[in-house]
Amino acid sequence: MTDLSAITVRGIHKSFRNLHALKGVDLDIRRGEFFGLLGPNGAGKSTLINIIAGLARADRGSVSVLGHDVADQYREARRCLGIVPQEIVFDPFFNVREVLRLQAGYFGLGRGADDWIDELLSGLGLADKAGSNMRSLSGGMKRRVLVAQALVHKPEVVVLDEPTAGVDVELRQSLWAFVRRLHAQGRTIVLTTHYLEEAESLCDRIAILNHGELVALDTKQGLLDKGVGKTMTVCVTLATPMTRLPEDLQPMLKEHKDNRLLFQIDRSRHSIVQVFDSLRRCGAEILDLETEAADLEDVFIELTTRSR
Amino acid sequence: MNQALNFFGVYTLFRKEILRFSKVWLQTIGAPIVTSLLYLLVFGHVLEDRVQVFEGVSYTAFLIPGLMMMSVIQNAFANSSSSLIQSKVTGNIVFILLTPLSHLEMYLAFVAAAVMRGLLVGAGVCVVAVVFIDLPIAHPFLVLVFALAGSAVLGSLGVIAGIWADKFDQLAGFQNFVIMPLSFLSGVFYSIKSLPGFWQQLSHFNPFFYMIDGFRYGFFGVSDVSPWTSLAVVLIVWLALALATLAMLARGYKLRS
Repeated sequence: MTDLSAITVRGIHKSFRNLHALKGVDLDIRRGEFFGLLGPNGAGKSTLINIIAGLARADRGSVSVLGHDVADQYREARRCLGIVPQEIVFDPFFNVREVLRLQAGYFGLGRGADDWIDELLSGLGLADKAGSNMRSLSGGMKRRVLVAQALVHKPEVVVLDEPTAGVDVELRQSLWAFVRRLHAQGRTIVLTTHYLEEAESLCDRIAILNHGELVALDTKQGLLDKGVGKTMTVCVTLATPMTRLPEDLQPMLKEHKDNRLLFQIDRSRHSIVQVFDSLRRCGAEILDLETEAADLEDVFIELTTRSR
Repeated sequence: MNQALNFFGVYTLFRKEILRFSKVWLQTIGAPIVTSLLYLLVFGHVLEDRVQVFEGVSYTAFLIPGLMMMSVIQNAFANSSSSLIQSKVTGNIVFILLTPLSHLEMYLAFVAAAVMRGLLVGAGVCVVAVVFIDLPIAHPFLVLVFALAGSAVLGSLGVIAGIWADKFDQLAGFQNFVIMPLSFLSGVFYSIKSLPGFWQQLSHFNPFFYMIDGFRYGFFGVSDVSPWTSLAVVLIVWLALALATLAMLARGYKLRS
């Protein structure tokens, strides 16, 4: 298990004063995976990332990165790990290249890292900013430098904590193209994001954290399948308004307005065909039928509101 | 830790700290030299003919080592403390916290850079001062040892204050209410023998007094207490502060939540 695991989280508890931020989280992120960690604000995502990164310490439980315990073998663990922090932070004393050289130096890498730094600069569209002071860069450019800084030591596991918060569309696209390339090179990518469509299009597996607990952990398809069962909606337009709805359809009805009927179907118990047949049996003529499959947002809302 | 020292990592953090202050050298090196020379000019001019502390040593000459050591002390403290608080307030301290650098390695780099800044300012004061006045150096080795040990003590204190302070004004408070009084009341401008008994006794509890007294011995070969006593006190204080700083860093006090 360990040799397949990029990040292993076991029974992590963390409290801040009167806030129980993480309540016994267990998680295995496999090597080479593109993993999404989702959850509403205050769910404990950043706390978990900080514990993995060694920026925070767990009250109980353990975390290891590629088999290295983040507390006892922090040197090895941190060499394997690249963290892109959520906040845009920078050192105003230095230019981009200096920042990257220094960061590589902390990991014990000298001039040997220069080629890789050049690669990062061009890969992230920073080549012409290499000599610019950090202060003079736009927010998006600073964000790219953060990504480069997290990668200077060629970590095998890369964690991006809300990397696209407040980032314009163009940068978001180029950032994801870059991250996809990193993933294709065999790196494990862990992503936290607010944008569900991002997780949906990028991640192999997704964990949803809420109130410090893992409320879901599945492949994207697995989550969607669960979601479809819960939230598939069918909108039927009839030729004439209906006065009496068949008995069996009444529990499914969500909205009834003139000749438009909106049903919410639990697919584990009912099917669209059943709705269709019932309506036809009582003589209704169906003009139009619209179905809407769940997307991750529905699953997310479903899972994070249920426990409230 | 269970591994050899990450020398290049320590060197890089040291170099970063050096670059940080040398990019604003006018403020970090130039200004304190000028301040010290102003003290020298004013006090030297006013007191030259009125005060003689040691046989055959003019007051201005007596003042120079004191001012040198005071600038060494204050700048060593300023370097590590301001670097840490700036990194904490701006948040870029994470770039260091995310690296494999151990707490010992961080300590060494921060203190070495603080020592470097202290020595540079001290040497600057010395170079300019000797243009105007003849300064003997009886024991150059002791001069260097006291400068190194004194700046290491203050560099450590700076790390402690920089980690402890959450805001710039807390750090300014530490500087104004601890560092400044201790350095002014340590015998920079006078020999503690000229003080009334109570204050003389009290001065013996001020570790800065031993730094300055021992440092001055290196120049004139005379001092209020034995230079070896002073050296022992300074080294013990350093050891205690180093252990305290390492313990803070190891616990992640105010750095790792």
